[in-house]
Amino acid sequence: MPETETLQEAKRVMQICNACRYCEGYCAVFPAMNKRLTFSDGDVTYLANLCHGCQGCYYACQYAPPHEFAVNVPKAFAELRAETYRDYAWPGIFKGLFEGNGKWVALITLVLTIAVTAGVFMVQGADVVAGVHTGTGAFYKVIPHDVIVYLASAPFLFAGLAFIVGLVTFWRDIGGKPGELLHPGALAQALKDAGQMKYMSGGGHGCNYPNDNFSMGRRHAHQMTMWGFLLCFAATSVATLYHYAFGWEAPYDYFSIPVILGTLGGIGIVIGPIGLLMIKKKADPAPQDTKRTGMDVAFLWLLMLTGITGLALLALRETAAMGTLLAVHLGIVLGMFVTFPYGKMVHAVYRLGALIKFAHERRS
Amino acid sequence: MPPEEFTRPHDVLVLGAGNAAMSAALTARARGASVLMIESANRDIRGGNSRHVRNIRYSHNAATDFVTGRYDADEYFKDLMRVTDGNTNEDLMRFMIDASEDCVDWMLAQGIKFQPPLSGTLGLARTNAFFLGGGKAMMNSYFKAAEKAGIDIVYEAEVESIEMDGSRFQAAMVRHDGELHRVEARTVVLASGGFEANIDWLKEGWGDIAENFLVRGSPMNTGKVLRSMLDNGAKPIGAPDQCHAVAIDGRAPKFDGGISTRIDCVIFSVVVNKNGERFYDEGEDIWPKRYAIWGRLVAKQPDQVAYAVIDSKSMGLFMPTVYEPFQSDTLAGLAEQLGVDAATMEKTIQDFNAAVQPGDFNATEPDGCHTEGVEPKKSNWARKIDTPPYYGYPVRMGITFTYLGLEVNRRAQVFMNDGKPAENIWAAGEIMAGNILGQGYAGGTGMAIGNVFGRIAGEEAARHARN
Repeated sequence: MPETETLQEAKRVMQICNACRYCEGYCAVFPAMNKRLTFSDGDVTYLANLCHGCQGCYYACQYAPPHEFAVNVPKAFAELRAETYRDYAWPGIFKGLFEGNGKWVALITLVLTIAVTAGVFMVQGADVVAGVHTGTGAFYKVIPHDVIVYLASAPFLFAGLAFIVGLVTFWRDIGGKPGELLHPGALAQALKDAGQMKYMSGGGHGCNYPNDNFSMGRRHAHQMTMWGFLLCFAATSVATLYHYAFGWEAPYDYFSIPVILGTLGGIGIVIGPIGLLMIKKKADPAPQDTKRTGMDVAFLWLLMLTGITGLALLALRETAAMGTLLAVHLGIVLGMFVTFPYGKMVHAVYRLGALIKFAHERRS
Repeated sequence: MPPEEFTRPHDVLVLGAGNAAMSAALTARARGASVLMIESANRDIRGGNSRHVRNIRYSHNAATDFVTGRYDADEYFKDLMRVTDGNTNEDLMRFMIDASEDCVDWMLAQGIKFQPPLSGTLGLARTNAFFLGGGKAMMNSYFKAAEKAGIDIVYEAEVESIEMDGSRFQAAMVRHDGELHRVEARTVVLASGGFEANIDWLKEGWGDIAENFLVRGSPMNTGKVLRSMLDNGAKPIGAPDQCHAVAIDGRAPKFDGGISTRIDCVIFSVVVNKNGERFYDEGEDIWPKRYAIWGRLVAKQPDQVAYAVIDSKSMGLFMPTVYEPFQSDTLAGLAEQLGVDAATMEKTIQDFNAAVQPGDFNATEPDGCHTEGVEPKKSNWARKIDTPPYYGYPVRMGITFTYLGLEVNRRAQVFMNDGKPAENIWAAGEIMAGNILGQGYAGGTGMAIGNVFGRIAGEEAARHARN
């Protein structure tokens, strides 16, 4: 990794912070910083990805601009995280997708959605797509089950592979030992911290927005988004089990496990992102990396559209709109999966890596 | 045009906007008084020196969410008597310490946030409660509470002088937007800090050497209110050269360097002046007990500067510094970078090395590793400076706050030179801290003084104004 201005700035800021240490109560970043006397590229990359952007330390900082030390930890770290996302993208030829990421994500999703929808219409004909289908296997009359499985699982599995390669490289560069990444105790601690979004609670009172106000709003909106996403994932997993293990074909009853999980998850990935987008709109730009707002917004819209089309599909599955909605929903989900390794989703991967590292450091 | 707040009548005028001022303003407002705060700073550096604080020392009988154990009034009293060497008003000190017991609860009620006691924070985890994020975060909460309570605050408004009729406050002359305005109120609380940012005034106590002092806190603390009160016949307390001053990095900004510019390596180092000579026992005691004397020691050296020199053995034993040390593989090379007489410094360190006695070095407590046959001796942590690379930190006196102030009583009333309290004037915070701190300091005491007397001042002023 070449020494970039972003790395230099993060190191400069950490040296000042480490001589002050007033912010040790906010999150994991400062206790982790306290353990170091100097900061390597890997150290600041680790700390930047440990930062949840709560912004508490910015408003508390006696050295924030206009002070000549011009300390702005959340901004310096957000900019460094943007470099992490780009530098660890795999395969490397796709790094460029992080420049103007919002536009890329929107374009890819749009193309895929149009392609899938047009493809379904062309192959099946408008009569089938716009027809009313009910009962077992109704969806598959519009798009055969195997097609859905292959279309969705290919980019999904590829994204998983890209995440693993990125995480392993990141882990090595931040000074983690190979065996420690999957250490059960540290992993459990990190998953717990991530699940609760502990470090979005900024020392127990929440993030700071739109200015120096403390609020749990961002944490709760983010929790809804993440848990919504995980519930959707769980719904799909259960449905897969139903299909292959028990031979029960979708659509499932409104009160079946996959539908309940999916409905709750869908609501989560609609309401959560709406909250996060509203917070983003109101927030003070000073402690943020405004250059990557496009990436954040595109990802939130993608989740939201996935949720909206999924819920609409559920509500209208016994009408003539089902076929089109299924195709659009599938297209958007494909857009999400394809752009997973080249968009905001990767923050979860490196955040988790940083939390695992912190869990190890806390034990020692 | 004056700001609209200046023309509206107010029960209580509060001068300043730090911890003491906020304690007074919020208390007066809670008692139903209308309150106007005059803050000389802009929003970015509002809150005076309170913006740089970290914790409050208060008496408590048991551990809480914020402190690890009991620190009762007697122990607090003993500590303050020791650091001030009895140079205090014992009655007021006792009173302040007893009243400090509910400081933290009161602050919590205003929305101020504290952090749990974390390990390793200066050994104060038992005695002091730490603000989450430090003083600026505390001040943000204070301002939020003040805005919510309907307290008028005018920023960038500097009090030039106080107009009095005998012992009665009439008005403050306030400069705002380039114009001077006369601001009346029924009562006034003086909470405008000390004069440490006023180098000309410091020279009155210290002479020209004050030019080379660095001011760790707000550049706004010029002492204009204090000066005007003294001119109006208020009774002073404390000596003009008494202050809290520490050794900080000589490269620190002239103002507002705050906590990060401190230099903690002195006990492990050899400290020389610009002539390359040692001048004091670097290892007299642990650093928390000695850091406050080193500001003065350095101030007495030529050009008010000194240089702490260590070798690579000591790197990493102390808090990291905000500036990189100067570094060289030879002592002569280091001396050249520091601008110190190289021949003398080399000789000084040679003699020092020759005087070092064998012993078991222990960085965390006085270890008895000392010198023999060199003046001044080093009593602890004396190790040869012999393992390159060598590192050097320039050190200057950083003044934190001043002690010359206004004499007050338990009701925070300001005394006039005739020995009677002024009619409608109260004081809180650094402007009266000298009543309790004649000399010396124990971390976090200033916050307690400001809060205790601020609340009393606010209460008294509100009652007076509304009668």
